Amino acid sequence: MIENFDLTMVNWARAQFALTAMYHWLFVPLTLGLSWLVAFYHTIYVKTGSEEWKRLTKFWMKLFGVNFAIGVATGIIMEFEFGTNWSNYSWMVGDIFGAPLAIEGIIAFFLEATFFAVMFFGWNRVSKKFHLFSTWMVAVGSNMSAVWILVANAWMQYPVGQAFNPDTARFEMQNFFEVAFSPYAVSKFTHTTSSSMLVAALFILSISSWFLLRGRHVIMAKRSIVVASVFGLVASIFVVFNGDESAYQIAEVQPMKLAAFEGLWDGENSAGLVALGIVNRDKRVDNEEEPFEFEFRIPGLLSLMANRSFGSFVPGIKDLVYGNEEYNIVGAAQKMERGKVAISNLDAYKQALKSGDQATADIHLATFNEHKEFLGYGFLEKPEDTVPPVALSFNAFHIMVALGSLFPLVFFAYLYFSLKGTLENKKLLLGGGTVLYILGLVASQAGWVVAEVGRQPWAIQGLLPVTVARTNLTTGTVQTTFYMFLILFTLLLLAEISIMAKQVSIGPEED
Amino acid sequence: MIENLDYATMQHLWWLICSVVGSLFLFLTFVQGGQSLLWQVAKTETEKGLVINSLGRKWELTFTTLVLFGGALFASFPKFYSTSFGGAYWVWILILFTFIIQAVSYEFRTKPRNIYGSKVYEFFLFINGSVGILLIGAAVGTFFTGSNFQLSGYNFVTWMHPLRGLEAALSFSLSSVFNIALGLFLVFNARTLGAMYLVNNIDLSAVPDMEQRLRKACWTNFTLSLPFCLYVVVSLLVMKGFGIVDEQGTIEYVKFKYFHNLLANPWLLGLLLGGLVLVILGALRTAKTKSTAGIWFGGLGTVLVGLTVLLLPAYNNTAFYPSKFDLQSSLTIYNASSSPYTLKVMTYVALTIPFVLAYIIYVWWAMDRKKMKIEDTGDRAAY
Ligand code: HDD
Ligand code: HEM
Ligand code: HEM
Repeated sequence: MIENFDLTMVNWARAQFALTAMYHWLFVPLTLGLSWLVAFYHTIYVKTGSEEWKRLTKFWMKLFGVNFAIGVATGIIMEFEFGTNWSNYSWMVGDIFGAPLAIEGIIAFFLEATFFAVMFFGWNRVSKKFHLFSTWMVAVGSNMSAVWILVANAWMQYPVGQAFNPDTARFEMQNFFEVAFSPYAVSKFTHTTSSSMLVAALFILSISSWFLLRGRHVIMAKRSIVVASVFGLVASIFVVFNGDESAYQIAEVQPMKLAAFEGLWDGENSAGLVALGIVNRDKRVDNEEEPFEFEFRIPGLLSLMANRSFGSFVPGIKDLVYGNEEYNIVGAAQKMERGKVAISNLDAYKQALKSGDQATADIHLATFNEHKEFLGYGFLEKPEDTVPPVALSFNAFHIMVALGSLFPLVFFAYLYFSLKGTLENKKLLLGGGTVLYILGLVASQAGWVVAEVGRQPWAIQGLLPVTVARTNLTTGTVQTTFYMFLILFTLLLLAEISIMAKQVSIGPEED
Repeated sequence: MIENLDYATMQHLWWLICSVVGSLFLFLTFVQGGQSLLWQVAKTETEKGLVINSLGRKWELTFTTLVLFGGALFASFPKFYSTSFGGAYWVWILILFTFIIQAVSYEFRTKPRNIYGSKVYEFFLFINGSVGILLIGAAVGTFFTGSNFQLSGYNFVTWMHPLRGLEAALSFSLSSVFNIALGLFLVFNARTLGAMYLVNNIDLSAVPDMEQRLRKACWTNFTLSLPFCLYVVVSLLVMKGFGIVDEQGTIEYVKFKYFHNLLANPWLLGLLLGGLVLVILGALRTAKTKSTAGIWFGGLGTVLVGLTVLLLPAYNNTAFYPSKFDLQSSLTIYNASSSPYTLKVMTYVALTIPFVLAYIIYVWWAMDRKKMKIEDTGDRAAY
């Protein structure tokens, strides 16, 4: 079905996709979160009529606009990249995956784009109420776009509501509601939007802390901080619990991802959670290296997280690759064998149909159906290929969790000292506070690395490896566009940072 | 009602929906046209400010329509999405490139410390308005002239030309001439529309010189678009096309295919002629009278012409994305669409489109009731 492919090309295509996605994701969290905060500030202005709140609203709105523009610029490339980089994927699952992308366009992007213009330019053109409504619509629109893109992404992690059609040789949608309301999609959405709210709150804290340190725009900074730290505190606590829920789901649906981001090579009863550790990069599933250079574990916690029970068994990478009879785990090797049977019978079925031999076709189809669940495994070369990059997953996950545990404390501190009225004197807190936004982005990016790298080698979990999903391109072509995007996006990013910094230093202005 | 639609009807319906989105996009390229006129019609910073701020309230709409065009094709004709974007790789990457640089330019152009200076961002806007539209036109041209690809038994695409799509505009052949002519027609049409829109949207009483330049630009660009339009229309009438000739979906060259398609669907002929007349009326009104309403004629006219251009190669048993290299790999609305189930789900979703259109129109009206004035460009929120 898939002749020969060039792994270098596939890896460049991944790198290119990851590059553009990560650039997109530098701007999206701020849009998602800040849109709510701006709407909130705008509401206070309309309710109180205070010029101070109006200036504050306009100030954050301005920064929102600069960020939004570049978010849109990086977004359009993603919309078409499924076609350019992953065209086989686009054909094989376009039936299911295309729908949320189209719905996102119809329902979310237009809402955002239309009301964005009113939010920005409507100050003297439309009524105050309609203007405020528009600001809220921008927030609703951006977060709706998150809904649909995350439905699409969740489906790749947990492909529900579909079936393989041997006649068209592609996956087709069976149940839209299963796709749209998959539990995976729900928790992805809540985790992503709440963590983005958190990132936006950190953005406001960072800039406001800088103002306080400089003794500029003191009132505005303090007001911004109070609202942002309440938002942030709630969001950050929610993110921790919700992230834990994500991990629980992963344990069920993507046990390999879980094993990878915990660096768990051998399955264990009451498995411990590594609180701190350095992964040994030479460790492979088929050698006897030590997994860690150094580690500190909290006993039983991983079992609790994965299965909601301290004593329970969590399968390790080895169990998943080679199988483990005691715990009824079928290894990748066995699945590959069945996958290959499925593929050869699919080929034979097609051949027989072509030559008009219905009886033979039926036999092959029956055999195919018996093994089709493992179709994807048939494309792999060796069982060890099912292991994602462990060190990267591990580090990303632990960075995200470490920062995720820190943020609630930070928000609490800001809120506490704000209410006590002593925040201005806490130079250390404020100084450290100026980099909070960067830490937030790091956590958020790390989250996607966990989600996406941990899914490898699958484009669609268990069904379609990235090697099949790719477009037939030469390595040189993909390399060229990789560098094109790298250079262009970096140049634009530099301009964005420079403009943002300047806008911050100008600060809110009188009209 | 949607429950009872049969597969072929839904395939036609969805091609129609995609075509409507595509032709609305062509109308909205007045933004791109306006961008490419910037240096020509605006001589002072104030005038530039007026043009940029006027276009700046609309660019997102055009951009999002393009995004939706991609998304709608992905959902309803995934084989086109995979074959064309994965196959004609370079054309699409370059088109996207011009839209990436557009998206930041409005916001960054006049901001302090934007590193590259406003000229660079204006240049970005120019590139998007010219090269971007030209390439889109060339890509649409291949709906008629065909491309060089082959699909495997599993419908995976292999592109057979090293230029990967750019050959549509860069090879020495009649096809290239056609594709480029279509592209240039769209560029000049976008510029005509751009001038019409700006005349309509800006309060020009304070800048009479610019008004003159705009009205003149409308006429010049309209005149320039005519030869290309004529070439495209005549070629369409005489060229051979890619027809589905039997029940099995076999594709063959058919003489005068698109001419036959027009005859078979006389309403398409009506759309085409009506559209052309409207564009002419719009150009005349803008260039030869004091009217500001030209854009509505030009816009509706463009939508109608666009619809004809997009429906002509797909309806009446025609392959809308033909392969010259291997006729049987050609895509038709029958072999390239999603499954019946997905089309049905998407048809329910499409019921929301009228609401979306309604609020867009409402917001457009509410924001443009007062024309763009010089004062508006001094606002801190302005571009
Ligand atoms: C709608 C689906 C979707 C969404 C929302 C994202 N991705 Fe993704 N990602 C994919 C769909 C995808 C993909 C198309 O499926 C890729 C390409 C190959 C693969 O396995 O998955 C992928 C690969 C991929 C890789 C390469 C992994 C590897 O090959 O080792 C990285 C690092 C990311 N993505 C990162 C991100 C980030 C930072 C995102 C935040 C916006 C993101 N992805 C959103
Ligand atoms: C591969 C996946 C993705 C694709 C194909 C994609 C596509 C796009 C496109 C085409 C735009 C521009 C829309 C416009 O015309 O206004 C955009 C912007 C946006 N996207 Fe994405 N996107 C992806 C990932 C994400 C994710 C994961 C989220 C949120 C959870 C997200 C949220 C947004 C938001 C909020 C915007 C508004 C502009 C901004 O970024 O500031 N996107 N995206
Ligand atoms: C204790 C805290 C946290 C835990 C336990 C946690 C857990 C997780 C897990 C398990 C995933 C992978 C989901 C998947 O693969 O599908 C994930 C993804 C993600 N995380 Fe977290 N997380 C935490 C904190 C954070 C923080 C603080 C941020 C950002 C500020 C963040 C942002 C993200 C993002 C953007 C994703 C990708 C979207 C997704 O897959 O849901 N997380 N998180």
